[in-house]
Amino acid sequence: MTQLDRRTFIKRALALGTGLAGVSSTAAAAPKQELSPDRMGVLVDTTACIGCRHCEWACSTAHGLPAGDLEGYEDTSVFESMRRPDEKALTVVNRYDNPKNANVPYTVKVQCMHCDHPACVSVCIVGAFSKEEDGSVVWDNDKCIGCRYCMIACPFQVPAFEYRKALQPKIMKCDFCHERRLEGGLPACVESCPAEALTYGPRAELVRVAKQRVDRAPERYVRHVYGEYEVGGTSWMYLAGKDFTELQFPKLGKSPAPGISESIQHGIFAYFVPPVALYGLLGVLMWNSKDDGKQ
Amino acid sequence: MTMDHFMTPAPVPRKFITPGAIVLILLGLNGLAFLAGRLFFGIGAVTNLTNQYPWGIWIGIDVAGGVALAAGGFTTAALGHLMNREEYRAVVRPALLTAMLGYTFVALGVMIDIGRWYYIWHPLVFWNGTSALFEVGICVTIYVNVLYIEFLPIVTERFIGRVDLPGVLSRFNALADRGLRALDRGLSKTMFIFIIAGIVLSTLHQSSLGTLMVIAGPKMHPLWQTPILPLLFLLSAIAVGFPMVIFESLLASRSFGLKPEMHLLSKLGGMTAPLLGIYLAFKIGDMFIRETFVHLTVVNTASVMFTLEVLLGVVVPLRMFLSRDVLKSPPLLFTAATLTVLGVLMNRVNNFVVAYTPSYSLGSYIPSIGEVSVTVGFICILVLVYRAAVLIFPVISLPDRTLSPRARYTVRG
Repeated sequence: MTQLDRRTFIKRALALGTGLAGVSSTAAAAPKQELSPDRMGVLVDTTACIGCRHCEWACSTAHGLPAGDLEGYEDTSVFESMRRPDEKALTVVNRYDNPKNANVPYTVKVQCMHCDHPACVSVCIVGAFSKEEDGSVVWDNDKCIGCRYCMIACPFQVPAFEYRKALQPKIMKCDFCHERRLEGGLPACVESCPAEALTYGPRAELVRVAKQRVDRAPERYVRHVYGEYEVGGTSWMYLAGKDFTELQFPKLGKSPAPGISESIQHGIFAYFVPPVALYGLLGVLMWNSKDDGKQ
Repeated sequence: MTMDHFMTPAPVPRKFITPGAIVLILLGLNGLAFLAGRLFFGIGAVTNLTNQYPWGIWIGIDVAGGVALAAGGFTTAALGHLMNREEYRAVVRPALLTAMLGYTFVALGVMIDIGRWYYIWHPLVFWNGTSALFEVGICVTIYVNVLYIEFLPIVTERFIGRVDLPGVLSRFNALADRGLRALDRGLSKTMFIFIIAGIVLSTLHQSSLGTLMVIAGPKMHPLWQTPILPLLFLLSAIAVGFPMVIFESLLASRSFGLKPEMHLLSKLGGMTAPLLGIYLAFKIGDMFIRETFVHLTVVNTASVMFTLEVLLGVVVPLRMFLSRDVLKSPPLLFTAATLTVLGVLMNRVNNFVVAYTPSYSLGSYIPSIGEVSVTVGFICILVLVYRAAVLIFPVISLPDRTLSPRARYTVRG
């Protein structure tokens, strides 16, 4: 009796497994996102940045965050440890050694990269993130439930959360000054930069400019425009004088972050065919076995 | 006629309060105190979560672990109803109750972990089809309701012919009884719809729970990060279903001083072996195809946790379930079931917490006393509600000496 039970059980379990395996192999490719060809971006030249941190002050001021006096930003002791953007500062500057000239260290501004195929947009349970026509990835305060899946998914570890708020905690990240730009302004950080380390313009144009700069001064730069291809391309891109991994940029592939998981999702839910088919299959199984137990 | 026919689900005639129950109540209250701290002062006040480590044990244990360990609900439903194996129906009801309460606590766990708990309904209105979490959320929401519907016949069975409303309301007794009987008839005709729906919904969200971490990409340790995570999650959920039923059934019979239903439990244990075997085959196969075994040559948290998870949580119980002596011995069967349960729980914690390393780390994550208290408190309250439910409703099968007239309502599971 036990033997027979086990055999029929395995047979049915295997039939089910084959059905499911078929489901996952039909996985469709992630749909192409509608990206505006005119989307804007920023080219950050880390070899031109002087580490004055004016961008940090301008950003906090523009976003209504506690900014303090501009003089306070002359304090260079903050460079002693790596900082990350958080809920109180949407952009921060970090300092790294310059092997070519020890007196002029490299300084790197960090903020949301505004991916062309953002993981946060893909994973958000309520669709609170969106990639706008102007290139910015923005967050909708009215939809967000605070699940923090965006923070798990972001390959650059950018979104921050107001853990200390009991009501309406926000996801905080650079919004590429979406509102300011709609009114015709520049991003606050770009406007405040005295060293012209930040170049604002159409992304396609910026890629060209970046390559031109590397060609003109190959001794100054590594031949890599970070963000041109990383995770499918980002609106913010970087030039650097030494390898990006030494500047603590994550080493990422060229395929968009949401690619694999969206394929799996669309495979399991291809027009609801697999779930409905499974329902039908189980119905047949149930019908067929309805007299089994009464032998 | 086998001896099972003398076993009928009935309310367990025991007292609710025991020394053990008092301990559970105290631990539950401790959890609720920390929960109040989270509600009044924010998640940061009671947890060690940071911008680098946004998900901790509330997601790893309460949500991911809870969903996996409630899988007994759909695996026993598949066995008892789909394959119509009537002899197993004695375990369908306890498993159904566990699933119903388990998912209820999963929903509560999600609610306290999200920053804006009062927006828990948002996913029903704002949809995002590309989000695995959206899919998990919708499936779990529907499934919780399906489980409550599946439990309704047990409620009607408890009260049909015994409606006794207090005071002036007693004049509605006959009406309420007629209503219950109508509900019962309607349910018994349509129950197959919900049973199949429950199984489909389970396969969907058990697997999608695995899809969740795929997008974390290189942030997840290669020992766990694989595109077949959804398949591994589904297979392990199916494999842990019966061990969870065995674990609970043996615990319950001990707690209530009943004779363990070994004739059923050893068969369930026997069926677990091939299910665990399939899971292990995929897990090891995946490891060799992606050549991730190289990570096992270094000793660190990840390699130790992975080895423990696979050896103690899968290989050892698999070997035990294959042994006839184990299947016949309550303590050994209990050990094998417990190892499987802990193995799958560990797998979920590993996937959601241990395997996750942020792109930038400013520290590490160790759960706070508050997080542990809330998790332990929730589990204790769940056990207490389970205890109350089996004292009130006919869930656990007891030797039927009286052959009461309500026996006609026990045909359905």
